[in-house]
Amino acid sequence: MLAYILRRIVLLVPVLLGLSMLVFAIGRLLPGDPVLLAAGPNASREEVAALSVEFGLDQPIPVQYWRYLTGLLHGDWGRSLQTRGPVLEDLKVYIPATLELVAAAMLIAIVVGILLGLLAAVRRNGWIDYAVRLVSLASISMPRFFLGLLLQLVFAMWLGIAALGGRFPLTGSPPPTVTGMLTIDSLLAGDWSALSLALQHLALPAIAMSLSPLATITRMMRASTMEVLQQDYVLTARALGIPPAKLLFKHVLRNALSSTLTVIGLYFGWLLGGTVLVETVFDWPGIGLYATKSILTQDFMPVMGVVLSIGTMFVLFNLLIDLLYGVINPKVQLR
Amino acid sequence: MNALLHPEAGASVASGAAHARREAWRRALYRMRQSSLSMLGLALVVLLLVLAATGHWIAPFPDHITGSIDTAMRFKPPSWKNWMGTNELGQDVLSLVLGGARISLFAGLAVVLLAAAVGTVVGALAGYLGGWTDEVLMRLADLKLTLPGLILAMAVAAALGAGTVNMVLAISLGWWPGFARLVRGEVLGKREEVYVLAARALGAGPVRIMWRHILPNIVSPVIVKMSLDVGFAVLTVASLGFVGIGVKPPTPEWGQMLSTARGFLPDYWWAAIFPGGAIFLAVLSFNLLGDGLRDVLDPRSRR
Amino acid sequence: MPLLHIRNLHLAMRSFEGEAHVLNGVELQVDKGEVWGLAGETGCGKSVTGLSVSRLVATPPARYMQGQILFDGQDVLAMDEAAMRPLRGRAISMIFQDPSTNLNPVLRVGDQIADVAYEIGRHAPEVLGLTAQAGSAERKRAARQLGVQMLERVGIADAARRANDYPHQFSGGMRQRVLIAMALVGQPRLLIADEPTTALDVTLQAQILQLLADLVKRSDTAVLMITHNLGVVAQICSHVAVMYAGHVVESGRTREVLHAPRHPYTRALLAALPRPGLARGQLANLPGRVPDLIHPPPGCRFAPRCARATSLCEKETPASVAVSDKHRVACVHLDAEAHP
Repeated sequence: MLAYILRRIVLLVPVLLGLSMLVFAIGRLLPGDPVLLAAGPNASREEVAALSVEFGLDQPIPVQYWRYLTGLLHGDWGRSLQTRGPVLEDLKVYIPATLELVAAAMLIAIVVGILLGLLAAVRRNGWIDYAVRLVSLASISMPRFFLGLLLQLVFAMWLGIAALGGRFPLTGSPPPTVTGMLTIDSLLAGDWSALSLALQHLALPAIAMSLSPLATITRMMRASTMEVLQQDYVLTARALGIPPAKLLFKHVLRNALSSTLTVIGLYFGWLLGGTVLVETVFDWPGIGLYATKSILTQDFMPVMGVVLSIGTMFVLFNLLIDLLYGVINPKVQLR
Repeated sequence: MNALLHPEAGASVASGAAHARREAWRRALYRMRQSSLSMLGLALVVLLLVLAATGHWIAPFPDHITGSIDTAMRFKPPSWKNWMGTNELGQDVLSLVLGGARISLFAGLAVVLLAAAVGTVVGALAGYLGGWTDEVLMRLADLKLTLPGLILAMAVAAALGAGTVNMVLAISLGWWPGFARLVRGEVLGKREEVYVLAARALGAGPVRIMWRHILPNIVSPVIVKMSLDVGFAVLTVASLGFVGIGVKPPTPEWGQMLSTARGFLPDYWWAAIFPGGAIFLAVLSFNLLGDGLRDVLDPRSRR
Repeated sequence: MPLLHIRNLHLAMRSFEGEAHVLNGVELQVDKGEVWGLAGETGCGKSVTGLSVSRLVATPPARYMQGQILFDGQDVLAMDEAAMRPLRGRAISMIFQDPSTNLNPVLRVGDQIADVAYEIGRHAPEVLGLTAQAGSAERKRAARQLGVQMLERVGIADAARRANDYPHQFSGGMRQRVLIAMALVGQPRLLIADEPTTALDVTLQAQILQLLADLVKRSDTAVLMITHNLGVVAQICSHVAVMYAGHVVESGRTREVLHAPRHPYTRALLAALPRPGLARGQLANLPGRVPDLIHPPPGCRFAPRCARATSLCEKETPASVAVSDKHRVACVHLDAEAHP
């Protein structure tokens, strides 16, 4: 088992290298001259030439890539024109915010999705089943930014029970930063009022993000649960007196979960890159918003940084999911 | 193998396959008619496409679509004159929604068509030629899939500049790997079928085999994926508009209308609700249709 | 009072083509300690009969038109699911055919049998050797222990360690033993075994049947062994009921029925068995096909294939008549002739 983990980690290296190459290529291929942008409109020709040398643009491509790669490994991910700081520092602030959002959204989606899927499968063709199927389809089609706006309209503006935007009220005192995720940091500091404020701000954007994966997870759980319910071992368990609740949650759930796990992994990666719209609507300071602002100001170093970090997180997360498979399904021999 | 010794047998195997395909299509269409949700999806999609095509003519205030404004009529709520009210420039929201349908829907369709075309070529090459070409192309596709699609599309679209064509290109760039993988898998499966071996034995070259024998048989999963993807392509187009990339005003675009209207919530809710609702309806219709097509054409996913 | 008494059971099942009259007045009585074979060809309704006793047939699409299933005097068909559950595993247990699909692949074997024992222990704590006051932790421990003990009794070596293994780590025969252990852990009064050895090879078959025979003899458990194989019946069944098209055509002590069959169907079945000494091409065979249960023939359903059928047979389904103590036959043409 340990050998398998080590081997997978080693295999990560070529994948990550390939990622960096792809990102580098995209960065080079994008029209727009980074030197001119960095120099600004009033730079003289000498300044531009000097910057070119500094950026290494006079060197052949492989050398440029090598410089880029070594820069990455040394923590030099470029500088952002809008924040005027190193991209890596910006990322350290913005990534936890997005992670918090995505984690909260996935938590909602997984818990509610699995329950709804199970329920729909067990009461197959009942009204719950039809309702769940219909709502699932509508949920996948609902644009996240529109949903976000609707949620803001109803819960923040009309009902006033959730916050309109941002992560924390400007007048409040946030907990000391440990992970960068306000909810966890509040828990760690034992600061219940901060936790409550953080949750009020997290609620609506998390719900907006969760709807789409929730719908898909529900559908997948429903399908695989229906399949498992037809299996012989379920009949045997029933015939020997196992009550329905235990049957469902212990005997059926683990078998039905496998295919859903793949979906969860894919969605996590997808959500990481898909927070742009929700972050814009809720003014949530995450990498989506960071990337968007950078794109709109033609500031491409941060964008490349964001893209690379999302890709890396996605790859790492998929590894985690693969390892989890071995735990859930003992027949999968991790070799 | 008999196909090798008897050319007629090879040909009859191939034509038998063609006949089976026609039968399968006929049965599929019959099944489709049975599903009311898919029929609803089909009806809605047709309606939307008609509205998109004729939008400029049937809109009550067509000049609003091309940019004229009417400051006296700012922020009027929905009424008999303006079914969807007016926006901050006094423009009729209904007309703008109809006008925006053209951009959103046709751009979405264009994205899927382009991505499908590119993806099919890449996937077919990878699947048929195998070996090194396959490895390289598929590694590329896999890597591309790990990168965030929306952000990349935004970056490329912004870099290319404003305009519908650029936007379509930018989005398709991120869409093709999905099709490539699908087609590659299908081609790999069909490559070993009897009629392909028969055709090769008769001297057919790879292009002819691909075109006449393999591709017609993988059409249905590709169509299923295309129909399932159109909805999300439309959504992506609207997303780019919402963020402010892609189409520039005065051309109406649903996402961009939603973005502007955002600032005027909650008082002038109609300027946001109707464009947003239009996006939702469009994506829903295509998803219904796509689901229906998938249930009908892809036997593996039957409930 | 017999332990199990199936009285005039009629069952219909809805299908695409219509409603099939699957069970046509099944009559069966099983007493404590008896090992009944329920024999017949595929589609005669024997499996459905077995499932009905434990109320495992889904209604809809099935529908019990008439009749009763009396277990210990109580009609099972009148009970709802909540009332049935305490019976399952404790009073009535079942084993099914294919050991490779009847065990949950993601749960350890010890867990699966402990689960059954634990649930039984909730309303019958004496099975676990506990009183009603015992807490759930105690019950869990007792259930695990009992599970391991049962595994030993069915012949699984090193049971304590093997209980931590998963089903795919056992061979087919071992898996069937585990299933038997699970079915008997609650000390049921009636065991229904639906083709328990059909999926096993012949050598294993004999072993498993012997194991079953030993286990039930010790505990006086009644058995309903559903099978299409008369050899299995001959090996361990004390009594046999032969079914055809949803009706029990002949029943009685195994020796009597097999040596002196009175119903034309039973006789034809026995005649069709290959015997040593037969020349090539001499295998007797029963002409015709099983009737369409959606449009069954009037009266005796075997009449279309029966050499002795007359117009009398089409009037109504023949009632079963006792030809001797415990030996009943459902045919209107009973005569003194005892041998085919």
